[in-house]
Amino acid sequence: MTHRSAKFYLSRIMTQTETLQAAPVTVLQSGAEVLLRALKDQGVEVIFGYPGGAVLPIYDAIFQQNAIRHILVRHEQAAVHAAEGYARSTGRVGCVLVTSGPGATNAVTGLVDALMDSIPIVCLTGQVPTHLIGNDAFQEADTTGITRPATKHNYLVKKSEDLARVVHEAFYVARSGRPGPVVIDLPKDILINKAPYSEKPETPHRSYRPQTAPDAGQIAKAVALLKGARRPVIYTGGGVINAGDRATAALIKLVRKTGFPTTSTLMGLGAYPSNDPLFLGMLGMHGTYEANLAMHGCDVMLNVGARFDDRVTGRLNAFSPDSRKIHIDIDPSSINKNVPVEVPIIADATYALEALCDAWDADDAKPHTADLASWWAEIEVWRAVKCLKFTQTTAKGGIIKPQHAIQRLYDITRENEAKTGQQTYISTEVGQHQMWAAQYFRFDQPNRWMTSGGLGTMGYGLPAAMGVQIAHPEALCIDIAGEASILMNIQEMATLAQYRLPVKVFILNNRYMGMVRQWQELLHGSRYSESYSEALPDFVKLADAFHGVGMRATSVDELDDVIRAMIAEPRAVIAEICVDETENCYPMIPSGAAHNDMILGPEHGTALQNGRAAGLTDEGLVLV
Amino acid sequence: MAYPPDLTVRSATIAVLVENEAGVLARVIGLFSGRGYNIDSLTVAPVEGDGGRSRINIVTSGTPMVIEQIKSQLDRLVPVHRVSDLTQDGPHIAREMALVKVIGAGNHRAEALRLADAFRARVVDATTESFVFEMTGQTEKIDAFVDLMRPLGLAEVSRTGVAAIARGKRII
Repeated sequence: MTHRSAKFYLSRIMTQTETLQAAPVTVLQSGAEVLLRALKDQGVEVIFGYPGGAVLPIYDAIFQQNAIRHILVRHEQAAVHAAEGYARSTGRVGCVLVTSGPGATNAVTGLVDALMDSIPIVCLTGQVPTHLIGNDAFQEADTTGITRPATKHNYLVKKSEDLARVVHEAFYVARSGRPGPVVIDLPKDILINKAPYSEKPETPHRSYRPQTAPDAGQIAKAVALLKGARRPVIYTGGGVINAGDRATAALIKLVRKTGFPTTSTLMGLGAYPSNDPLFLGMLGMHGTYEANLAMHGCDVMLNVGARFDDRVTGRLNAFSPDSRKIHIDIDPSSINKNVPVEVPIIADATYALEALCDAWDADDAKPHTADLASWWAEIEVWRAVKCLKFTQTTAKGGIIKPQHAIQRLYDITRENEAKTGQQTYISTEVGQHQMWAAQYFRFDQPNRWMTSGGLGTMGYGLPAAMGVQIAHPEALCIDIAGEASILMNIQEMATLAQYRLPVKVFILNNRYMGMVRQWQELLHGSRYSESYSEALPDFVKLADAFHGVGMRATSVDELDDVIRAMIAEPRAVIAEICVDETENCYPMIPSGAAHNDMILGPEHGTALQNGRAAGLTDEGLVLV
Repeated sequence: MAYPPDLTVRSATIAVLVENEAGVLARVIGLFSGRGYNIDSLTVAPVEGDGGRSRINIVTSGTPMVIEQIKSQLDRLVPVHRVSDLTQDGPHIAREMALVKVIGAGNHRAEALRLADAFRARVVDATTESFVFEMTGQTEKIDAFVDLMRPLGLAEVSRTGVAAIARGKRII
């Protein structure tokens, strides 16, 4: 038998496989090393994680390299939210590493959050060794079972030779099509045993190939509808942000070209500049009067990357009853799910919007300019209602309206941006403060706004801001928070201290779970069951205890100074803004009501009828 | 589509070609339970060689909008290759197989055997007190046969669920 060198075999393997995919590398390393190498090849620079028994081999490998930075969070839920903040503010895939059992179960809330808001995340979970799976071993949980409905896809790696391929595939799945979270469950023996490495595959995925290019026929139909529109509206969502800067540019081009009124969902804020006169503000439950009435009265609606969520549509059978609808979405299951549409376009928003721009130009039909002008005149009447107006006393010692606090935060961060060039990124927790932030903080760029839209996760904002600050060390990262939400992940103040992350926590403290209190007032006869924030910590001392800086504003004359001091402070800050406890978030479409049943605030003379808000029905009461 | 949407409930037989990997059936079933869709019947088996693909046949029911949703929800699962609504896409054949155990004696026994013959059911096991019949056919035919066996000593039924395929040259 002739003895052939390893090189000979290697070259044979190379030529055989080159046609299929990139050459496999046959050097054997431990599974943990292979994992890190695959992460590095996928462009991962930061992992948010928390160690534990099952992932010790990965932590050992992390210790011995410098390419990937690990950020130690204080709770696994926060690791996922931090990765979401990182992903949402950069357009890249966020990476998480947690241990088995409780590590994985703690991460579940973050995963569902990322699933609902279509944020690309790869979450590595430790698992007990393969021979112990199913034995109720210490810190064992059926992670793939638990996370199946919490992720876009998940994997359990059972064979070392699958490891590298699975990691590459997970990143592909997380970022392609409609992005989402992907879990890779890694038994400890797989991490310790030697595993072969394979490069990123060049071949397309065998089953998952989302359609990204729009159908030309559908684009033509859409343009025909848009050209014929007399009362059009463009309604954009988080899909435009996910599609990236090209999509945002194409959206701006299309809106300017057509002169159509444009509104955005909570998740889509920033895709179109908020200060532009063609922008009507956010739509939906706490959207502006003009945006919702435009949606209600339009004759042609172009939805780009939004999903007709119940917060947006209100009562479905009264939603935009007279419009013909065009829906661009990368996810076919979003089409006709809640609202039947006439022209579905399955595509990446970038390609669809660019195609619409081109087709609009190529089409000879003239738009109905005169009708559009009278439609705008109608909208201007609604806009003149000034649904977001509020009255802030300027007297010394006067109580701060939460809207005013956000308004000033916005103004002063803009001043700061103009003066220093420092970019501002905003995250929020969930509740009234979140809606006020969406209404009064005006975004004119994408990826600057991190909020938990679909799942509505209290405790999202602080870790998300942390992730943003990691991605943008020079930026001003502010978590607009409520005093209740912030306590849900307050432990992350320690992470801020450890990595010297100068995140600013801007708490609107109204001593209530404000949105709960508001619903109890409007829907449940003002019986404030369990919504009072009893026994709050002293937030100034709390900041101090976590090596940060605490500040407090209790009256309107102190507000600007606190905001300025907060921005100037190089350390992490908790700024507690004590605001009007009774303030409600308006305008509001009560659950189960139609867009034109919107309640305006007390500034516009809205009163409760029989202890209930107008427009509210018994059917609406069962809705969330 | 116009509002209000068509609310008539129809039955749909959906064939799904999936990657033959761990958890794929759980994904499909979880999708149905998580989103509140009905499963009237579900069958799954590998249809290609080693590590190839499996086929899942699902009989479900819902309004046209729900059926559309089911199809697109199935289609976006990562290990799903193709989804076909056999009921909608053209003529198809749907069959299931049943093993039916009848216990009894005397006239009932003779009658059961006669009916089995009429339904083209085969006797695959017999004792002096029991028969096991094997029959293949459309769901309705098996339902009818089982109903007939009820007064004749029907003891146990085991059914495969529906396997379906399009007629003619059309493939999934």
